Amino acid sequence: MSRECSFNKFQMINYNHSINDKIIKRYIYTGEQIMKELEFPFDPDYILRRKKALRRQLLAREDVSYISKKIAFLGGSTTSDVVQILELFLLNYGIKPEFYESEYNMYYEDAVFGNEELDAFAPDVVIIHTTSRNIRTYPAPGDSVERIDALETEVYSQFEQAWIALDARYHCTVIQNNFELPYYRLFGNREASDIHGRSNFTRRLNARFYDYAGKNANFFINDIDYLAAEYGIKRWADLSDWYRYKYALAVPAIPALASNLAHIIKSIYGRNKKAFALDMDNTLWGGVVGDDGPENIRIGHEDASSELYTEFQQYIRAHKDLGVLLTVASKNDEENALAGLARPDSTLSKDDFLVIKANWDNKDINIRKTASELNLGADSFVFVDDNPVERALVEGQIKGIGVPELGAAESYIGILDGSGFFEVTHLSQEDLKRNSMYKANLEREQASQSFGNYDDYLKSLEMKAEILPFKEMYMARIAELTNKSNQFNLTTRRMSQTELESIAGDSAYITRYGRLTDRFGDNGVVSVVFGHEQKDDGGSSLCIDLWLMSCRVLKRGMEYAMMDEIADECRRRKISRIKGFYYPTAKNRMVKEFYADQGFVKTDEDEAGNTCWELDLSVPGSSRNTAIKVN
Amino acid sequence: MSREEIYGRLNEVFRDVFDDEEITVNDSTTANDVDGWDSLEHINLIVAVERAFGIKFTMGETVGMKNVGEMVDKILMHLG
Repeated sequence: MSRECSFNKFQMINYNHSINDKIIKRYIYTGEQIMKELEFPFDPDYILRRKKALRRQLLAREDVSYISKKIAFLGGSTTSDVVQILELFLLNYGIKPEFYESEYNMYYEDAVFGNEELDAFAPDVVIIHTTSRNIRTYPAPGDSVERIDALETEVYSQFEQAWIALDARYHCTVIQNNFELPYYRLFGNREASDIHGRSNFTRRLNARFYDYAGKNANFFINDIDYLAAEYGIKRWADLSDWYRYKYALAVPAIPALASNLAHIIKSIYGRNKKAFALDMDNTLWGGVVGDDGPENIRIGHEDASSELYTEFQQYIRAHKDLGVLLTVASKNDEENALAGLARPDSTLSKDDFLVIKANWDNKDINIRKTASELNLGADSFVFVDDNPVERALVEGQIKGIGVPELGAAESYIGILDGSGFFEVTHLSQEDLKRNSMYKANLEREQASQSFGNYDDYLKSLEMKAEILPFKEMYMARIAELTNKSNQFNLTTRRMSQTELESIAGDSAYITRYGRLTDRFGDNGVVSVVFGHEQKDDGGSSLCIDLWLMSCRVLKRGMEYAMMDEIADECRRRKISRIKGFYYPTAKNRMVKEFYADQGFVKTDEDEAGNTCWELDLSVPGSSRNTAIKVN
Repeated sequence: MSREEIYGRLNEVFRDVFDDEEITVNDSTTANDVDGWDSLEHINLIVAVERAFGIKFTMGETVGMKNVGEMVDKILMHLG
């Protein structure tokens, strides 16, 4: 498709809002899922001023598969605009929020004592929006060490009490602001080091918050301390916005706060990006390797520009340990691309990348190929390219892909970092190993091509599976899969870790996770299934609430091994039938006939394509698992 | 900037904030004349006006404004 063609879909919108009556032209891609106005670096004034129109436009988008979440916003100051702007960012991430908003400064009362409205609301997420304005007592210059310790505990305990009460009552995710540094320094520099200093006290309280966060997997800190510093502590603490409206931050800083909260929430619910597709020339290094020759590109430590690109390569490489997959999409002869990476002073080397596409095809085509080789959706990539023409092309062709608007090379890190594509809410062993697991997968793929018979190939993998009821040590991974898997997912039911833990402890449920190992390595936990027992006439059935599998183990027979284990457990419990459900989404077409393949009979289908299936366990069937040794 | 030019830009701000292309304000317009102009939206309006003209009202000014005419007087004062 030609470039002109993709530009035809852009609609130019003019508006003026700047001091000099300068007309700013914004391009809005009309069929696009993502609204650029809400992408970092956004214009906070524009968002605040046009929030109603933005909301209207977001809701008018077609074919968005939203997940719905109930969010209780408990404030220690005015919250109205924070909630409204947060809604925009969440809608942009495909999350449709329903809000409960506490009365002014009633966060503590609502959290600790609850109320009928909040109870009926049953929040999935509670956000406690408090700031340094909510610290009522600070140490006085004459206070003893003991007095200050006691004061710290007193202030902290009120918050802890709120978190514990929320967890007990709603089993929900809690997001808590830390405290921003005070905007004035009574002691000057000594504020930081002296226990009587307000900033010293604020940092101590924050440390207590972090301690709690370290011990509670469903508790997250919204780091307003960083946001205020980034925005400018004095500008953040706008006194007229505080005294006029009781906003504990400058109103123009609200979009930054809301965006930051949205990063946390979309990460918890599996809407993070998963991979980088990186351009090379003038992105990973300075210059054009094909023209300048590998010896002349800017990388390493020889000059300022080379050092800048080296830091960017280090920043990219550090993502590997977070489980972000690295790939290349470059217009280059492959030989030249590899020569650039082969320079001894290049931080990134060929082995850091799972897939390198260096050729002259359009980049959207290369990214789609890479995505399919890795069994990922093309929209889970972040495309990093200095060239605005390439960016516009890819953005126009791949709906939902992340395409940060890079400026000069010195802006790359700041823009990627502020975009929150890979916001880390949980860091698991799984993440550390993800790149090598995908690498092993690609090797398996190659090995499979040397076998004439697919069964022989599967046997050669020497697969072993561990299929057991949900276990404490895997809960974080089980929750991660539950909230991230889109394709091989029959019901796409999203649940928090707390909810999954309560199901694991409920005898009415049958739960199984599946972990698969083979001669190329450990794939980790790749499948999650649970269902509940339902008594009906003439016995009882197991209704499968969730059945999902990671696409990295497609066509290995793992789903058959899982089914065997579920069926065995049903027989042990004298359950005579299994009922399965398929709820279609934009992404899970691949499992439309999953239950038919497993030998179920279709019992119902509605207009939306939702189907119900049944398997009679009294009829003996033979296992279809041929190559996996279980437990 | 003339009073007329200020009204030109001010109308754009009102239309954006209240998401209504039909709004035209004048000296005697008050909150009662505009749908949705309540105390919460007033905050938004003031902030949007401040950002649109690159000024910052003092606390006293925002509390004292009785109609759009007075707002324009204050804007003119700040622009000096």
